[in-house]
Amino acid sequence: MKRLMLGNEAAARGLFEAGCTVMSSYPGTPSTEITEFAAKYNEIKCEWAPNEKVATEAAFGASLAGYRSACAMKHVGLNVAADPLFTISYTGVRGGMVIFVADDPAMHSSQNEQDSRNYAIAAKVPMIEPSDSTEAKEFVKIAFELSEKYDTPVLYRICTRTAHSQSIVEECDRAEFAPIAYEKQPQKYIMMPANAKPKHPIVEARTAALAEYAETSPLNRVEGSSTKLGIITSGICYQYVREVFAEDEAKILKLGMHNPLPDKLLLDFAASVERVVVIEELDSIIERHCKALGIKVEGRNLFSPVGEYSQSVVAKALGKALPAARAAAQLPARPPVMCSGCPHRGLFYTLAKNKLNVMGDIGCYTLGAQKPLNAIDMVLCMGASVSGLHGFNKADPENAAHTVAVIGDSTFMHSGMTGLCNIAYNDTKSTVIILDNSITGMTGHQQNPTTGYNLRGEPATKINLEALCHALGINRVRVVDPYDLKAVDAAVKEEIAADEASVIISRRPCVLLKSVKTAPAFKIDADACRSCKRCMQLGCPSLSFRDGKAKIDDTLCTGCGVCEQLCAFGAIKGQEA
Amino acid sequence: MKTTNIMIVGVGGQGTLLASKLLGRILLEKGYDVKVSELHGMSQRGGSVVTYVKYGEKVYSPVIENGEADYIIAFEKLEAARWAQCLKVGGKIIANTQQIDPMPVTAGYAEYPADALDVLIADGVDVDAFDALTPALKAGSSKAVNIVLMGRLARYLGIDAEIWIDAIEKSVAPRFVEMNKEAFALGYNN
Repeated sequence: MKRLMLGNEAAARGLFEAGCTVMSSYPGTPSTEITEFAAKYNEIKCEWAPNEKVATEAAFGASLAGYRSACAMKHVGLNVAADPLFTISYTGVRGGMVIFVADDPAMHSSQNEQDSRNYAIAAKVPMIEPSDSTEAKEFVKIAFELSEKYDTPVLYRICTRTAHSQSIVEECDRAEFAPIAYEKQPQKYIMMPANAKPKHPIVEARTAALAEYAETSPLNRVEGSSTKLGIITSGICYQYVREVFAEDEAKILKLGMHNPLPDKLLLDFAASVERVVVIEELDSIIERHCKALGIKVEGRNLFSPVGEYSQSVVAKALGKALPAARAAAQLPARPPVMCSGCPHRGLFYTLAKNKLNVMGDIGCYTLGAQKPLNAIDMVLCMGASVSGLHGFNKADPENAAHTVAVIGDSTFMHSGMTGLCNIAYNDTKSTVIILDNSITGMTGHQQNPTTGYNLRGEPATKINLEALCHALGINRVRVVDPYDLKAVDAAVKEEIAADEASVIISRRPCVLLKSVKTAPAFKIDADACRSCKRCMQLGCPSLSFRDGKAKIDDTLCTGCGVCEQLCAFGAIKGQEA
Repeated sequence: MKTTNIMIVGVGGQGTLLASKLLGRILLEKGYDVKVSELHGMSQRGGSVVTYVKYGEKVYSPVIENGEADYIIAFEKLEAARWAQCLKVGGKIIANTQQIDPMPVTAGYAEYPADALDVLIADGVDVDAFDALTPALKAGSSKAVNIVLMGRLARYLGIDAEIWIDAIEKSVAPRFVEMNKEAFALGYNN
């Protein structure tokens, strides 16, 4: 049956058809849906791990047990999982193992624009990348075959535009993978120096064998007949090239395998055309490789290493006409905002009001950095709020009296715990605020170890955050409701003044959760409104200021009541449910 | 055959994704090659959102850029103006006249351009501007704006209404089918 599928959904279908049995992942845009769709197949045991390192090691364990396994993460997640990756390259696998890594050129939902192809080269493992949903599915099967044949984990790169574009996929049946019976192989799987030393030359020989495979692999193919212009490209850029150039206008070498690259294929292709152009987003990996082979190629002289490409980028660089278009209008921007009724809002309002330094983290609450709240000073990576706060306070202990860290429940489980342990152990009087909204919000509501449910929505062990913080060495742990501004203000003031480290758990479920019952919209008494605009400091999308008075959009307002607490004139009123 | 390019633009939370899913499903059933491109993650939180739907004999790039769109379906009028540069010469904008203030406007840093659509029309852009919110509310919910707008688009694409109704029945939860069928009819007929 033919269906329209996201690249990520097609990759999940590929896992199903290839007989994958275990998948462990941590959510991250644009990778999240691979695991969510895989979880719809009962044949695949899918789970959310606390972080990408755990996910990768769990997938490795399943491979060791003889089953086909996978894990998925966004590009920065692979930084977290790099430790196991580099050594699984040495041990190799038993059941095939595929590591999905989703890059985000243009940073649609990311904090940097790193190119994961560098990891494949550094870890000496093969990497493949599809350019549409059909390939997204089929390449998974090839990835498992390569993994088992060459005894290696396979990195499977997918970029935002491929991951989040739907195209047509023909579904096939599942081919069950017969598990390989477990046997102890200490020399293969215990990576201590005596065993790892003989492994390194094996890894180098494997790369050479894979390079040989790449020369004739179906993953790499040549299209078109031009002898004038040759374009070497891969992934989504291939689609842009095909959009711009007709069959006879350019000869295309489309690479589905980034590592290792096929030397002879590249040399032969270059020799068959007058001009060779490499089109690759982000880093110049193919271009540098071609230049090392002595091929005269163009690439970086025409294309930027910044951002994503498109058909117009390709057309412009290679002298093709662009369609006529209207000039861009100067209009107010529409940035993403915290939702109406978001439990984070009251907390960030309080932090801003108290003029605190705030070490931020990764999640919906990063939006607290924006106008009008302007409540965050620093956002780096998962968990860095907690560890960064410790260093900030260690450098100058006076900082602890006016500095806090904010971190979500899922992010805290991912890598905030170790930072908190460090605060207790190395002793700063730091105050960490855990924004516990009972879900992983930004990536679209994934369960995590603190929510009491697993990926399939089944009841699961619920980690008790209070007990966990106590166990990590923090004596002062308290819970507040972020809808109660007075309580939040008191808690923050007391804890930053305390003579020891502390944790405030700001607890209220995400207002978008189906289980959350919202209250009727609040109303503004226009006669009582004195136009002071104090309520506008909340940055709530339900509130606007028109014709000299505050207004509430009753289609958006969830009745959280935070604005009512701010109004000094009693102009904002709740309604009976 | 040439590829037809449709952009669906609006504000995160307005249901643009469901509209594109429905449209993709219909075009697939009609036997076209189809690509639908969307963005997830941070932009979804009340920000400006765009979905691309492209169909024809063979579709390569999933994105639509300046001067390429045959149709822009705007769920909100400021978003119609924001994406108008993507319209092909001779293309058509179908715009809901609903106004949703972006944060810079609600917070008082910027003015909402109330005449956004008038400026386009004065420039000679083919704009079918109408209030999709009232019929959506009549059908039962402000959330049905997306289906009202799909009804309007259906008039121009020349695909039989029955095929759309069938796709609605297959795409939405059973308890919302009647509401969405009415919303579609209100967009298609008025």
